[in-house]
Amino acid sequence: MTSTADSATGDVDAGEGPIVAVRDLERTYRGGVHALRGVSLDVPRRGKFGIVGESGSGKSTLVRLLAALDRPTTGTITFDGTRVDDRRDRDLGFLRRRLQIVFQDPMGSLDPRMRVRDIISEPLGRTRGRDERVAELLEAVDLPADAGDKHPHRFSGGQRQRISIARALAPRPDVLIADEAVSALDVLVRQQILDLLTRLVDEYALTLVFVSHDLGVVRKVCDEVAVMRRGEIVEQGPVDEVYDTPRHEYTRELIAAAPTLHGALSASPTPASTEPAQPES
Amino acid sequence: MTEHAGAAELLNVDGLSIANGDVTLVDDVSFRIAPGERVGLIGASGSGKSLTASAIMGLLPDGMSPSGSVTLRGRELLGASERDLSRLRGKDLGMVFQEPMTALNPAMRIGRQVAETLTIHGTSRRRAADRARELLDRVGLPERTAGAYPHELSGGQRQRVLLTIALANDPSLLICDEPTTALDVTVQAQVLDLIAEGVRDRGSALLFITHDLAVIASVCERVLVCRDGRIVEEGPVADVLSAPAHDYTRRLLEAAL
Amino acid sequence: MRGNLVVGGTLVGLVVVTALVSFVWTPLDPQAVDASVRLLGPTSDHLLGTDKFGRDVFSQLMVGAQTTLYVGIVAVGLAAAVGVPLGVLAAMGPRWLGELVMRTSDLVLAFPALLLAIMLAAVYGASTLTAMIAIGVATVPAFARVARAGTMQVLSREYTLAARAGGRSRWWIAWRHVLPNISGMVVVQSSVSFAMAVLAEAALSFLGFGTAPPTPSWGRMLQESQELLAVDVRLALVPGLAIAAVVLGFNLLGDGLRDRFDPRLEARR
Repeated sequence: MTSTADSATGDVDAGEGPIVAVRDLERTYRGGVHALRGVSLDVPRRGKFGIVGESGSGKSTLVRLLAALDRPTTGTITFDGTRVDDRRDRDLGFLRRRLQIVFQDPMGSLDPRMRVRDIISEPLGRTRGRDERVAELLEAVDLPADAGDKHPHRFSGGQRQRISIARALAPRPDVLIADEAVSALDVLVRQQILDLLTRLVDEYALTLVFVSHDLGVVRKVCDEVAVMRRGEIVEQGPVDEVYDTPRHEYTRELIAAAPTLHGALSASPTPASTEPAQPES
Repeated sequence: MTEHAGAAELLNVDGLSIANGDVTLVDDVSFRIAPGERVGLIGASGSGKSLTASAIMGLLPDGMSPSGSVTLRGRELLGASERDLSRLRGKDLGMVFQEPMTALNPAMRIGRQVAETLTIHGTSRRRAADRARELLDRVGLPERTAGAYPHELSGGQRQRVLLTIALANDPSLLICDEPTTALDVTVQAQVLDLIAEGVRDRGSALLFITHDLAVIASVCERVLVCRDGRIVEEGPVADVLSAPAHDYTRRLLEAAL
Repeated sequence: MRGNLVVGGTLVGLVVVTALVSFVWTPLDPQAVDASVRLLGPTSDHLLGTDKFGRDVFSQLMVGAQTTLYVGIVAVGLAAAVGVPLGVLAAMGPRWLGELVMRTSDLVLAFPALLLAIMLAAVYGASTLTAMIAIGVATVPAFARVARAGTMQVLSREYTLAARAGGRSRWWIAWRHVLPNISGMVVVQSSVSFAMAVLAEAALSFLGFGTAPPTPSWGRMLQESQELLAVDVRLALVPGLAIAAVVLGFNLLGDGLRDRFDPRLEARR
């Protein structure tokens, strides 16, 4: 599905090496909860990087740190060669423009009191041509032009996620983090949003960091994946490699537990068998 | 009681429609479930699948009016008195909901909640307490669970408790409404196993509601595909999933992982 | 419940209209003393009779509504103007600031408003102003709490994270996200506090620490009727009922507004 690897052809603007580099990241909350314990990873430029983990794995904490919405206890995060983990909010302007997030909750991530136009243009600041940009973005995410005048509650879950994507694209970022962006959606809607996301990522040559608890979705979208458990990355590598020949026991467990159609159909002439579904081959 | 239904039938839903004011939410739905049969009901949110389950349990929200007929072993459930229904619920009908926290009493210890299901339907108090511990053990919950409150348990543990309560009186039909949607994959796999095991051991029939085809494929024998309040396709899981007749089913399959 | 909103709105509306009308017209001069018509029962000239000085009770009641609303508006306005920013700040600022605000508001809550009013009256002389300030100060914690809780709720939503990720400042988030989303709660709190302010003003005036004569005030009307209770219950009944109606009205309005705001917000989330 995702054939192109991270190596983009002839970058002009960008430097070499990973766009996001994380080293030995730890985050300990008050009360001694170790949300992250020594995470290191490289997100390749224009790659589609998946982060998979169950609840409590620390992936949400990692997202916040990557976006510099929170500070690590120790460790470093470098964005395109610039340290971002030790900066104050007001010195993070460049990151705010170049890295954006699409959140999970299609309800909670849009302010119910704002019009869609204002929601989408929120990351733009004081720029001329806001209205034109909003119209452009609405078109890019396949929403009608008059959507801007309405409030979010007038839209379905899938449409709200399109609004969320439009907002994230507004400042023309280089990196898009999708934080469980399709987890709250129905299968069919999920498919549409995934298609939209991958299309836009290709069209605008974005780097995608796709965070999910759903292995199947990550496999569909990403070309590299890191598997997290209890604040650690237990395994990372190219998606096909990790899924087909998992090295870590937990990865095997996760893959075995995820129900897939193929697995369920081929493995169960007696569907009541207590075997978990087999991974697709 | 009229025993006009076919001998092999446990649940017979015939022409069930549910309206909220002028809006028809479930439209002329009919299906049957044989004793011990495992049936999946699949559809997107808003397709009416959960309402159908609520109508069977007699738990429709206020203002929604069902019509048609739902019979369990030939006994009509629609319009039955709340007293008759509550006698059925927990005894002949067990149900597991999506959000276990809201289905458990937050102020009552787990052991008592399980035991209560038993005593309501005629088990003596002392035997019920023992039996509750035994049942909790059967779904792999540690012994101290009986003394715990719902908020002290994880989502997966709560769902096990709900399943224990639903199966406590060996119901002839277990209805599961998206029981694993809120759970992690590894926990989901365990709970699905427990559901399959629970109904098999008791010979209970299963109506399993979800939007996840893969889950249905791993638990059920037969599948009903629900869309906009109607059943658009039904048949054995293997047939429907390998050769879907309806366009909607095809789209669901393409989107599945 | 729509009923609460309608009944509460009607009662409050009635008082507001009465107060507005009394600015330009009252049946008689509410302060005109006339010894020849003392303690009259209701007549065609005096709809609700006269008091011990021969003043027209109905006219006094009308002008008293001004005092009541005036006190309520200023006291609640003061409390909201101070309390809401404090509450928002307590939720958004550093942890120690939040603690400080909440502990201080505990202290204020523990200090009886009446005592504060009496102290103020003792220092600056009893007046409507001192009553308003005392009531306002005592009501600040209610607003601070509501605003803080509401702000924390809003901050837990992902749209505030999105705003930060979009490079927006705390001020922007407070102004564009927090305030609009807690406005409903603040309106509800205002309505409830208004009822309490009216009651407090009446109590202060009754005790002689509020509105000074000759300005008509419902609380003072009550007080003046005290010695005549055995002679004529009407003089106590009229301001008493007026106070009860306003308090009931604002409380019902608050309940009604709460019902209107909350379920809608829930359903839209």
